[in-house]
Amino acid sequence: MNTGSQTRTSTDNWPEVEASCRRILGDRLCQFIDQVKKDPRPESHLIAVLHQVQAEFGYLGTSQLDAVAQLMQIPAAKVSGVASFYHYFRLEPRGRFVVNICFGTACYVKGADRVAEKFKTELGVNLGETSKDGMFTVEACRCLGMCALAPVITVGDDVWAQVTPDRVPSILEGYIARAKGS
Amino acid sequence: MKAAVRARFEELRSKAEAALAEARAAFRIRIQVGSATCENAAGATVVFEEFRKHIAASGRTDIGLHRTGCTGRCSREPIVTVFMPDSLPVKYQFVNRELVHKIFTSHVLGGHPLLEHVLDGPLTHLPRFKLLYCTSPRCCQLQRELWGHSPEELLRDLGIGPDLVQVYESSCLGACTPAQVGKLAHVLVQPEKTLYRLRSKDELREVLEKHLLQGQPVERLAVPGKTVGRKFLELYGDVAFFNRQTRVALRHNGVLDPTSIEEYFHYRGFEALATVLERDNPSWVIDQITRSRLRGRGGAGYPTGKKWAFAAASAEPVRYIICNADEGDPGAFMDRSMLESDPFNVIEGMIIGAFAIGASRGFVYVRAEYPLAVERIHNAIAACRDWGLLGEDILGSGFCFDIEVRLGAGAFVCGEETALIHSIEGERGQPRPRPPYPTERGLWDKPTVINNVETFANVPAIINYGPEWFARLGSEESGGTKVFALAGKVCHTGLVEVPMGTPLRDIVVGIGGGPPGGKRIKAVQTGGPAGGCIPESMLDLPVDFGTLTKAGSIMGSGGMIVMDETDCMVDIAKYFMEFTCDESCGKCTPCREGTKRMLEILDRITSGRGTLEDLGKLERLGRLIKKSSLCGLGRAAPNPVLSTLAHFRDEYVQHVTDKRCPAKKCKALIVYVIDPEKCVGCTVCARNCPVSCISGTRREPHVIDQSRCIKCGRCFEVCRFDAVKLT
Repeated sequence: MNTGSQTRTSTDNWPEVEASCRRILGDRLCQFIDQVKKDPRPESHLIAVLHQVQAEFGYLGTSQLDAVAQLMQIPAAKVSGVASFYHYFRLEPRGRFVVNICFGTACYVKGADRVAEKFKTELGVNLGETSKDGMFTVEACRCLGMCALAPVITVGDDVWAQVTPDRVPSILEGYIARAKGS
Repeated sequence: MKAAVRARFEELRSKAEAALAEARAAFRIRIQVGSATCENAAGATVVFEEFRKHIAASGRTDIGLHRTGCTGRCSREPIVTVFMPDSLPVKYQFVNRELVHKIFTSHVLGGHPLLEHVLDGPLTHLPRFKLLYCTSPRCCQLQRELWGHSPEELLRDLGIGPDLVQVYESSCLGACTPAQVGKLAHVLVQPEKTLYRLRSKDELREVLEKHLLQGQPVERLAVPGKTVGRKFLELYGDVAFFNRQTRVALRHNGVLDPTSIEEYFHYRGFEALATVLERDNPSWVIDQITRSRLRGRGGAGYPTGKKWAFAAASAEPVRYIICNADEGDPGAFMDRSMLESDPFNVIEGMIIGAFAIGASRGFVYVRAEYPLAVERIHNAIAACRDWGLLGEDILGSGFCFDIEVRLGAGAFVCGEETALIHSIEGERGQPRPRPPYPTERGLWDKPTVINNVETFANVPAIINYGPEWFARLGSEESGGTKVFALAGKVCHTGLVEVPMGTPLRDIVVGIGGGPPGGKRIKAVQTGGPAGGCIPESMLDLPVDFGTLTKAGSIMGSGGMIVMDETDCMVDIAKYFMEFTCDESCGKCTPCREGTKRMLEILDRITSGRGTLEDLGKLERLGRLIKKSSLCGLGRAAPNPVLSTLAHFRDEYVQHVTDKRCPAKKCKALIVYVIDPEKCVGCTVCARNCPVSCISGTRREPHVIDQSRCIKCGRCFEVCRFDAVKLT
């Protein structure tokens, strides 16, 4: 726990702030933050902490970012600056399944745009948006490094290789069935 | 101290070898399954699990299942190799659940290989022996003398038929020494894995007669020891995609289990580290690397020895070493493959580098988009700590060093070294002006060496096999090999490692097989968004840092995308400009604003609103951005546009003056029409059109309402009568 080197006045509300931040992030994340704070340069672990927060919540919301800023004693402006700089971090909630369409060069020349078009018409969304039922978020990403299997998409942790627009409906149906089954 | 290091290393090696021997002794038959992101995407996880179930169900205890990394033959994955006693290993391609069952029952249990499913097959028969003869520049002259007109003729004369032996040409087996070039020829005989060093026709004849006909290897002519690349060629030398490659950085890919430190020890693992710590002389290491002419494989090609020497000479005692695994170039995946298939090799390279520059802390900065690579590198670091190869007093030498993994978060600019440093510090990944270079003031203002994954992967090989060997492999200006990620419109996609100076055509056509369907190559894109397009007419260019730069492209990290006649060069330029525009960190104006303006112009051109003046503007703006940007990303951003303008200006002009896209790629410039002669009125197109702009009655020719058409191409795809035309 960091009570800080600053002198605290009688109106210091740090204990309440800390407690509420810890509540927002939950035990596992707080433990992780406590761990990295032992490093002589705790601020260098900010990106790692944000990765963990996103893994837990699926995105980085304002309240989580503020909590991270408080617990790590890093200015909130800097935390949100870092969070918004990197493409990997999401600032808004996403659907149950995240469809990532690779737009690397190899995928692009092999028709990733047509695959994306199909996803957009099937789900009625634009890239970066979530379908109305909250099931799918469709995103474009730079390169998944599976260029030899282009075009490639990922849905959650699953990788789909050599995707054609025709395969899109059946891929989506598979996940809808999975969601209903569970 | 010296003797202690060697003794400690030998102790660890014996421990590893003993564990391996014990594990292997139990198994007479071995099934090897590839496992990397690509392999898993193609279904390798299912295949591995299926084999496990089959082995369990069979009740056999002499069948072992072995996991390995990826070979880089991505278009044929998953690849499975079956090792049966006293016969040649058989590699299968496109293995799926059904094929696992067949392989297991027919081959593993029944002894009958499935010849129709063999990698690059089908085969008509499986010979008793395979013979590889080296055709590298150092062996080829004598080989020609030894074998005469053709190997087939010589074998026929000796009464050796194709069912007994299959002969393949191969790249360097790595057993030559500088003094003997031209006087020796190397030949490898399988399945005994005997590597022969031959001097005369008589010796060749002796090997053929004794080994092949009588089944008795000629020990007298055999070369002992583990030469570089030998293990790889033993396994994969019969596959055309592989036997023209020279594998140094990828020498263990598809050979060893990336999760087993014991196996890495078996393939000379940590021997280079032991040599370095035993000598206990950082300047010796730097000298070796300098003499090898190793240049940074991340893109810029800065001599590695020189970089290390700068950091080593610093007055500041605290120094850092960083492995840049933020492989952000779209179209490059060699770093991922190395981390997933041979992580210990990269770590060993890093420890050697740390010793040379005097660093006690190292970082692997890896993309979060590569979860398996992150897992394998974490696992490898943990194993190294357990074995005393990382941490305090490594191998009893007194040298202390440890490595941490830091995750990137999807910012292309973080491949730039100063941006990467900011990212490790937990900041926004924005670059800063250089000098001071990181070797002077880097991470937390301390001297820092940043090298690419592939650079580190070469280091243990250089120490083990000598800088002269490495330098000789490459070209005048740079030693060794380069790994390329071959993808796009090419038959055989995957990882290709060839000596520096190899002509582009050999890679794209010779190894990659050119575009499928007999289409013509239009251009080869190298270096990702910082590179350029090299036209077909320049494919005989030897690949090297300098030659590619002269051609308006760059080596980059080694992405190589082949484009055929259906790819529009203006569209490709626009694609890359969109990329850099989106990835520009926004710190300096030329890159932030300039790329946006270039993109706007390209957008005008591809939508038919461009003018000839625009071409001049593009060039002027491009040159300006190159000159005035802060970091490498900005300075290279105009390359895709400038190189296509230089080599494919006609295409730009056609877009502007004729309002036509010759490759029929730019949506605004193409029109879909239905040929009334061919249309039978089946209504499929009308039913599939997302905007219902196709009209017509059943059995009558249909018509597209051009004013409403969104050019999605759906009608073109679904028409079974070729009636929809693209003009």
